[in-house]
Amino acid sequence: MICFNRPDENRLMPFANPFMPMENVVEPNAIEIHDLWFSYEAQTVLEDVNLAIRRNEFLAVIGPNGGGKTTLIRLILGILRPERGVIRVFGEAPEKTARHMGYVPQNTHLNKEFPISVLDVTLMGRLGRVGRAWRYSPKDKGMAEKALDRVGMLSYRDTPINNLSGGQRQRVFIARALVTEPDILFMDEPTASVDTEWQANIYTLLKELNETVTIVVVSHDISVLSSHVKSVACVNRTVFYHDSTEITMEMLEKMYQCPVELIAHGLPHRVLGKHK
Amino acid sequence: MKDEKGCGMSIFHYEFMQNALLAGLLASIACGIIGTLVVVNRIVFISGGIAHAAYGGIGLAFFLGFAPLLGVVGFAVAISVVMALVSLKNKERADTIIGMLWAVGMAIGILLIDLTPGHRLDLMSYLFGSILAVPRSDLLIMAILNLAIISIVGFFYKDFLAMSYDDEFAALMGVPTRSLYITLLVMIAFCVVIIIRMIGLILIIAFFTIAPYIAERRSRSLSSMMIFSILYNFIFTALGLWCSYMFNLTSGAAIIMVAAIFFFLSLLFRRLPRAERKGGAGA
Repeated sequence: MICFNRPDENRLMPFANPFMPMENVVEPNAIEIHDLWFSYEAQTVLEDVNLAIRRNEFLAVIGPNGGGKTTLIRLILGILRPERGVIRVFGEAPEKTARHMGYVPQNTHLNKEFPISVLDVTLMGRLGRVGRAWRYSPKDKGMAEKALDRVGMLSYRDTPINNLSGGQRQRVFIARALVTEPDILFMDEPTASVDTEWQANIYTLLKELNETVTIVVVSHDISVLSSHVKSVACVNRTVFYHDSTEITMEMLEKMYQCPVELIAHGLPHRVLGKHK
Repeated sequence: MKDEKGCGMSIFHYEFMQNALLAGLLASIACGIIGTLVVVNRIVFISGGIAHAAYGGIGLAFFLGFAPLLGVVGFAVAISVVMALVSLKNKERADTIIGMLWAVGMAIGILLIDLTPGHRLDLMSYLFGSILAVPRSDLLIMAILNLAIISIVGFFYKDFLAMSYDDEFAALMGVPTRSLYITLLVMIAFCVVIIIRMIGLILIIAFFTIAPYIAERRSRSLSSMMIFSILYNFIFTALGLWCSYMFNLTSGAAIIMVAAIFFFLSLLFRRLPRAERKGGAGA
């Protein structure tokens, strides 16, 4: 039986990071990137990127389309290999740590006819924590159900995933990332097609998770992000890191390379300096 | 002892017919499982390449004088590994290279048979199948390969499922997707060996794809899609065999035509469930 709205029981506790001994508190950074270069064919996408992301950071990655946001995430996850430079995740190569990362990819274009249930999709998030052989354990299924509950999709557990709306499917992919018990959670436009109510719920959930999990979110929706994130990275061929949520006009104009008009909605705290 | 006037069911009392049915069952199981994976992974073209290139193995076996089925096993497995590596390495141009291997494999087979003195008659049975002439020894090889396929897919089921649905995420979670992909293509080669006697190289693709395609729409999971595919394949085989005997037709082609008829019927009836659902909501 799944209990609703009991935060203590529903909380997904992340594993202790297996790559670092407990006493070693010297390494404060979850992710370190030095002199990273990457290009597709002849097209340079990222150049001379240097970035350090602390543990328990809640980082927003913003920037124009084609600026390299998704590429940067995929490099940190080890899906792509850097052309030059070094990426360290908890001091290890990305390929070694990837299976303990949570990842919500951007608009997943998957086989529309594929017969798979919501629960089976969610269980994929357990693959990095279980052995290769045979089936998932009841414990894995229990965890998948809890994660589905947290994104409000538990009642759809046996529904074929292709019967869901885009926003519902997106919530299932978020649940799939949560069951990984991630050390770092990467989300690429996680709430793009999710309705407003669930967008707010998901950001509240992320804020809770952030007490123990480092979170990196790619989003265009600066206004929503601003009330949650602790720092901002602007990506446009290279990366500018800002250790606050104050986004200045200079920053945005540098990033988007054209004057940007931003409208601040009545938010808990102000994102932008006064616009003259 | 032919049943002259009856429904023709007595044909299944003959030993060669029982062998044929057994071969059909083995092929249905293998192709139901692997065909499902072929369809959801969209590797029908590669499967066709493996099946046709396997002809090179027949030529090689005739030329060197060993059992054709062994030649097919070796050649098909080798070519499937090459195709797997090619398509993993260069996704954009993979289809071109696979098309080339497809043709070259067949050409090697034909040339080697040209160079082999003696009987050429038996060859047609590899191109178009001769399920009625399956010897017991072939059944044993088929059964062993079937067992291998069932064990491998059963053991790695959740990994095959994850790879087929979202290979990038599966790889991220540490699933060895490259090895699984190579394994899948080798199992396609096994399947080719199993069904080569039944419907022949030329028609294999239809047997791989029609049943899974019909099953996909009725299935809620990959495993149920496999089970439906096995069931449909066996129905097609039994009906096709019966037709081929009653109307004196080539068995492989008869089986495929039965499958094709079911395929078109399934397209016709596809709209029915939706209409029912509407009616059900009103009632």
